[in-house]
Amino acid sequence: MNITLRVWRQKGRDDEGRMVTYKLTDVSPDMSFLEMLDVLNEKLTLENEDPVAFDHDCREGICGACGVVIDGEAHGPERTTTCQLHMRSFKDGDTITVEPWRAKAFPVVKDLVVDRSSFDRIIQAGGYISAPTGTAPDAHANPIPKPDADRAFDAATCIGCGACVAACPNASSMLFTASKVTHLGMLPQGQPERASRVVRMINQQDEEDFGGCTNIGECAAVCPKGIPLDTISQLNRDLLGSLGKGIG
Amino acid sequence: MATSGAILVLYLIAHMYGNLKVFSGQEAFDGYAHSLRELGYPMLPENGFLWVFRIVLLASVLIHIYSAVALWARARRARPASQRYQVKKRVHRTYASYTMRWGGVLIALFVIFHILHLTVNVIAPGGASDSPYERLVNGFQPQFWFVTLFYVAAVVAVGFHLRHGIWSGLATLGVNQARRQPVLNSIATVIALVVTVGFVLPPLAITFGLVG
Repeated sequence: MNITLRVWRQKGRDDEGRMVTYKLTDVSPDMSFLEMLDVLNEKLTLENEDPVAFDHDCREGICGACGVVIDGEAHGPERTTTCQLHMRSFKDGDTITVEPWRAKAFPVVKDLVVDRSSFDRIIQAGGYISAPTGTAPDAHANPIPKPDADRAFDAATCIGCGACVAACPNASSMLFTASKVTHLGMLPQGQPERASRVVRMINQQDEEDFGGCTNIGECAAVCPKGIPLDTISQLNRDLLGSLGKGIG
Repeated sequence: MATSGAILVLYLIAHMYGNLKVFSGQEAFDGYAHSLRELGYPMLPENGFLWVFRIVLLASVLIHIYSAVALWARARRARPASQRYQVKKRVHRTYASYTMRWGGVLIALFVIFHILHLTVNVIAPGGASDSPYERLVNGFQPQFWFVTLFYVAAVVAVGFHLRHGIWSGLATLGVNQARRQPVLNSIATVIALVVTVGFVLPPLAITFGLVG
């Protein structure tokens, strides 16, 4: 396959970025998108040019480190992470545009790498439980209804990649925050902090300058883990409950 | 946004019901309009109910606009102009959700015109009148087809606004659950369609000479 790439290049946080075009020949359709970028970087290195910086770690679709906007879609045309996207999803001769996640809360560090520590601070604000440590409790010490366990588990699959923010027309992190609120709120261990958690996480999210949610649904449509949109409604319900109790 | 929107949706349905009285003739329509002024009388002063209603509506409109501007400003801050995508694809978003903001501006402008036209009657195509029925019939005569056209366009914009707004409002109020999602979306579509058709019928009927 012959591919033309338009890639966002930006030297550092405070530098101006621009799109740069590269041509790649002999791309195998079995390569993953990141392997294709590896090939590009080998070529750039041999030509004494600066390779394109991009985030990646497990390359198995479970860590959430990778993620770029490909032809205007977060993680590209397949509903998976960028590392699990393969070149067979493209056609020979395609021009592919590659951009970083774009949000004020995700400043570009270099090229396609963005700083997502704003997500960490949202988690620090309330995405935890206060549980005593020690040996693992008995498996049946705490019975949890199956539907609740399923819902918590579905929400817990969020890997914090940031595609929801990248895709949202408002650059809102609502789906991310909502997945954490739903995950912990469905389980008995999450109850002691349930009312304060949602308020703290929302406040932190506002402080990080994420946008507001208008229920458009782009986030859930691009989420590689299929976090359902109704987690946002769960968050809103928890928030209404907290505000009703005077917390917040 | 959701609460003020809900008040406005309920008002629209009541307003549509009143409009459809035009098909029962001048007496029914004017009688209905007059009865709104006397609702609650003598418990309330004359026009009392109407003014309470107007104040609640105005407050809802202002809160709705304030929330919309605040959300818009936050979205601008969250993704400033310097961070726009070069290529952005719509994956899921509907036309209705895409046009919420500009559609809202169009609706606001229309509401101002609409009040000047049919409530205050300062703008009076076809002649002013004390009878609400005559104002309506005069204003939508065939030679004022452009008034009808603007009205229909605005009502269609309201329809799109409701289609996304009702769904979004319900989600914000915490009603959305995965298995309820198709039902909520159907409710939004049905109300949007009913309101659009209900509002478009009277002016079209007048313009095409079926009423008046």
